[in-house]
Amino acid sequence: MKVAVLSGKGGAGKTLIAVNLAASAKKAIYIDCDVEEPNGRLFFKPENVRTKQVHTLLPEFDISKCTGCRKCVDFCHFNALIYIKDKPKVFSEVCHACGGCGLVCPEHAISEVERPVGHLEQGTHRNVDVITGVLNLGEASGIPVIRDALKAGEAGEALAAKNDTETDSLTVIDCPPGSACSVMESISDADCCLLAAEPTAFGFHNFRMVYELASLLKKPCGVIINKMDAPYEPLEAFLQEHEIPVLLRIPYDMKLAKLAARGFIACEADEAFASLFAELLKKIGGAVR
Amino acid sequence: MKIAIPVDEDQVTVCASFGRAPYYLFHDTETNTTEVLENPAASAEGGAGIKAAQFIVDQKSTSLITIRCGENAAEVLQAAEIKIFKSEGVKADENISALKEGKLAELTHFHAGYHGIR
Repeated sequence: MKVAVLSGKGGAGKTLIAVNLAASAKKAIYIDCDVEEPNGRLFFKPENVRTKQVHTLLPEFDISKCTGCRKCVDFCHFNALIYIKDKPKVFSEVCHACGGCGLVCPEHAISEVERPVGHLEQGTHRNVDVITGVLNLGEASGIPVIRDALKAGEAGEALAAKNDTETDSLTVIDCPPGSACSVMESISDADCCLLAAEPTAFGFHNFRMVYELASLLKKPCGVIINKMDAPYEPLEAFLQEHEIPVLLRIPYDMKLAKLAARGFIACEADEAFASLFAELLKKIGGAVR
Repeated sequence: MKIAIPVDEDQVTVCASFGRAPYYLFHDTETNTTEVLENPAASAEGGAGIKAAQFIVDQKSTSLITIRCGENAAEVLQAAEIKIFKSEGVKADENISALKEGKLAELTHFHAGYHGIR
């Protein structure tokens, strides 16, 4: 089972929920797709970490073959190519690596070269395989890193299925904040989405954005209300009206904040939080440790 | 000198956007003729600034007057040795007169993209 944890804004509790969910499971794969700011590793402190480069492709021109027909420039949907002073040029951060320019070039003047954009870190924390996607600073798109991280997760699932046919493997995907392409990519193969929301006007607004995205992709959704002190009525009314189940209400608790700030995993450090997240895991149908 | 200016729907007011201006006004100072063309980049999904800059280069412009301009577009324009001036005043013709009189300063600040993916 693949579970994606997402929210419309940063700081709503995605990593808290994703990390604790994975740590509560009998066996889990945790994938940090928040590649611009991967924080799950700060809690898991994974051991035996292996790293792997992530590349994207970029067109390279053989100027001697280029006749200046501009078919590539006209083809590029993202306007990553220009032709200036009798030379083609690519804007690497605008290029989406579709390879189309190379296909339309009648002179075969375009080949693709690998460009490093980030790396994966893969290690273990007790019962959890921890996969972290890390995007290089200054890169515009995390998609290639997210794709590779999800692929590494699938390889881990296949291996787990071979070694243990009794336990269903749980994969927890910690998504980037918001509802843009990187989130779409992260949840594309998820079986269900857990939406972290705060009981505030701002939290409600952002919740609706991710809910819209998850619904559009026909993902079953459940809500986790974090930093719950008093119910925010418009959010509660919306959840009722759309029949979205509230899977967990995490109290607004100084103890939890302190544990997290010190880099502890709440369910490993505190009995009460352990049963809170075990309950959540049971609700979504996962095997508890 | 051929001057390019992004203009609004009314085709006389300088447009606040460089890449997504609906029209571009081109003024040739030698023949004293003005022509307004649709900006092919106006509805581009991404890279509008780059595409608009390519358009301005292809129109053989030598100068651009604009309110703002992004880094990528500036790179294209500078590679083509097009001078970029900061617009003063609301109307395109005021700007053309000001440039002819040497009253416009060169634009030196270029903003990073507003690329919708983030």
